[in-house]
Order: sequence, then C-alpha cells, then structure tokens
Amino acid sequence: MDLIYLAISATFVNNILLGQYLGNCPFLGVSKKLETAIGMSVAVVFVTILASTFTWSVSAYVLKPYGLEFLQTLTFILIIASLVQLVEIIIKKQSKALYNALGVYLPLITTNCAVMGVALLIAKKELGFIEMLVFSSTSAIGYGLALILFAGHRERLQISAVPQSMQGTAIALVTAGIMALAFMGFKGMAS
Amino acid sequence: MGNKITETLTAGLWKRIPPFRLVLGLCPALAVTMSAENGLGMGLATAFVLTLSNGAISSLRNIIPGKVRIASYIVIIATLVSIVEILMKAYFFTLAEQLGIYIPLIVVNCIVLGRAEGFASKNPPFVSMIDGVSVGIGYAISLTLIGSIREILGAGTWFGNPVMGESFEPISFLVSAPGAFVTIGSILAIQNLFSRWRGEKFIQG
Repeated sequence: MDLIYLAISATFVNNILLGQYLGNCPFLGVSKKLETAIGMSVAVVFVTILASTFTWSVSAYVLKPYGLEFLQTLTFILIIASLVQLVEIIIKKQSKALYNALGVYLPLITTNCAVMGVALLIAKKELGFIEMLVFSSTSAIGYGLALILFAGHRERLQISAVPQSMQGTAIALVTAGIMALAFMGFKGMAS
Repeated sequence: MGNKITETLTAGLWKRIPPFRLVLGLCPALAVTMSAENGLGMGLATAFVLTLSNGAISSLRNIIPGKVRIASYIVIIATLVSIVEILMKAYFFTLAEQLGIYIPLIVVNCIVLGRAEGFASKNPPFVSMIDGVSVGIGYAISLTLIGSIREILGAGTWFGNPVMGESFEPISFLVSAPGAFVTIGSILAIQNLFSRWRGEKFIQG
C-alpha cells in the first residue's frame, strides 16, 4: 500500500517537472515536437532508473559505511556522467535502431537535473532498495508524462495567434504554469 | 583590452542576463524563488561557483584534452559546488536547509557549464572570471527580482518584512509551483516588449 502511495505521489502530486521544477532546460528545448518529446521521455526513464540504482548502491555501500557523505555531489555527478557515456557506447554497438531513436538525447541527459535530482531526493529521503526502484521509475514516468502532454500543447500553440512579445519561451512558460495548476489538483490523492 | 573587460562586465547584466536572455538555469529560478531571500542566496551561490569555475577552467584550457573536456569541467564544477555546500551548511544553516537539494544541483545548472564551454574555454583567465562575475550577478539580480515579485504579491512580505497593508489579501497561487512558471513567463514577455520598444534584436527564440 505504501508503495502505491509513493508511486502516485511521485508521478502526479510531486511531479518531478511541474511540482519540483527539475529538468526544465530540456523540457523547453525538446518539447516543440511530439516525436522528440517521446524520444527524450524514453531516454530519461531508462537513464533515471539506471542512475538511481547505481547512485543508491554507491551511497549505501561505499559513502555511508566510510563516512564520506560530503563527497555525495561529486560521486553522483561522476556516476551519472560516466553512465550516460557508457549507455551511449553500448547502445551504439548493440542496436542501431535504438541508437537512432535515443542517441541524440543521451548527451543532453547529463545536464538534465531531473536525473541528478531524483538521485539526490532518494538519498535525502533515505529510501530502501524496492522503494528506490518504485520512486525512480514513477518519477521518470511522471516526467515523461508531463513532457509529452506539454509537447502536444506546444504543437497547438504554433498554429495559434500569440501576441508578438509572448512568442517562444514566454508563452511556453505560462502554459507550463497552467499545466502545473492542473497537476495541483491531484494534491488530495497523496502527499 | 580595457574595452573588452567593460563589455564583458556589462554583457551579463542586460545583453546576456540569465535566465531571461540566456534561457539557461531555469530549474533553480523556478524552484527556490519562493522568497527574495532564497533567490538572493541561490544567485550568490551560483555566482561564486561560476566565477571560480570560469577562472579554473580557463587557466586549464590548454591542458584539458578536447575529448574529455565536458567530464573535466564537471569534476571542477562539482568540487566547487561541494565547497559551497559545506560552507553554506556551516554559516547559513537555515538558508541551506531551505534551498535543500538545489545547492548540489548547481552542478547540473546549465549556466555554469554553458559559460565554461562557451566562454572560459576560449578566453584568458582574468576575462573569464569577469564574465563569471557579470553573468553570476545578473543571475542573482534576476532571481532576487523573481523572488521579490512572488513574495510581495504571494505573501505580502519582502525579505521577511511585511510591506503590504493589513487589508492585502495574498495571492497564494504565486508562491506555489504554477506561480513560478507564470511569473517568469510574464517577466520574459515584459522584457521582450521593452526590447522591441528599444529596437533591440532578440537573442532567444
């Protein structure tokens, strides 16, 4: 029951993008087309789960037992950066189709604060292994959900008459605000 | 030389002011600007990291091999961020608690890496540090501005002091998540309007 609660909280109530404001740079960058948004979402889900598993293990088995918590920031970013590179190389070698679909998004993910943010939130909440898996996957799915929904909105925005000063990023941010307002409606479901 | 320094120094305050002109580093701009104080704290922390990282990266720009430069930049930045994190926990504990995970997240703030790649890797250390100071201060000003608007209208206070009269009904929408997006979007629109009125060219798309 607790796990379902955690999942709903991570996907909807505390949506990583609209509730915790993480990963906004790619959010505005790749959401102009639905296709790229879907590609990015899949890449984020994949990398987030992998990165969280690794950072959790290192944190639990190396940093904590030896009292090295102050190195958290440095280790986490290094793990994420090298992991992304590794995943890129493996995908390039193993599956050409997958690489063509995800390849361009992978380097972008290193600087996507959603991945690092989820890893840090897990460390802060001191979650166990199963909880960590549920939290990271549902957070990433929530990110993908918001990104894909938002890309749909932006495709519509391109054909509507927007005041000249509001064009581009300005209207995108206001739209994101209205979407965040809609996500606030989930607040009663979990905390 | 003197010209270039002045130009670099002022560019960060208007021509390249983040996060409006340089649309980078939006996450902290949205997340921590519930109050003017948080915005200022976050801005100054970022400015500190940005100045030192620009200086360090620029000094090492001829030693770092091109292929692994991003990884090297990240190590330098992460070290500086860890220093800031430890210092803030020691001297500004309440602020550090409020900013929470957003302090370690300065590592992945696109501004820091963006300036390292876009400016420090091509310019000598002194000018790079000036660029860091200028963009950093521009960022701190922006964050304080966003924080002030949200705090004054959303809670009726500024830096914790009540500024609106007793009859003021706070627009609590502004201090929660959606308000952040709408505030930044509106400021951006006003800035675009002003730039158009002055006949400047747009930088952002």
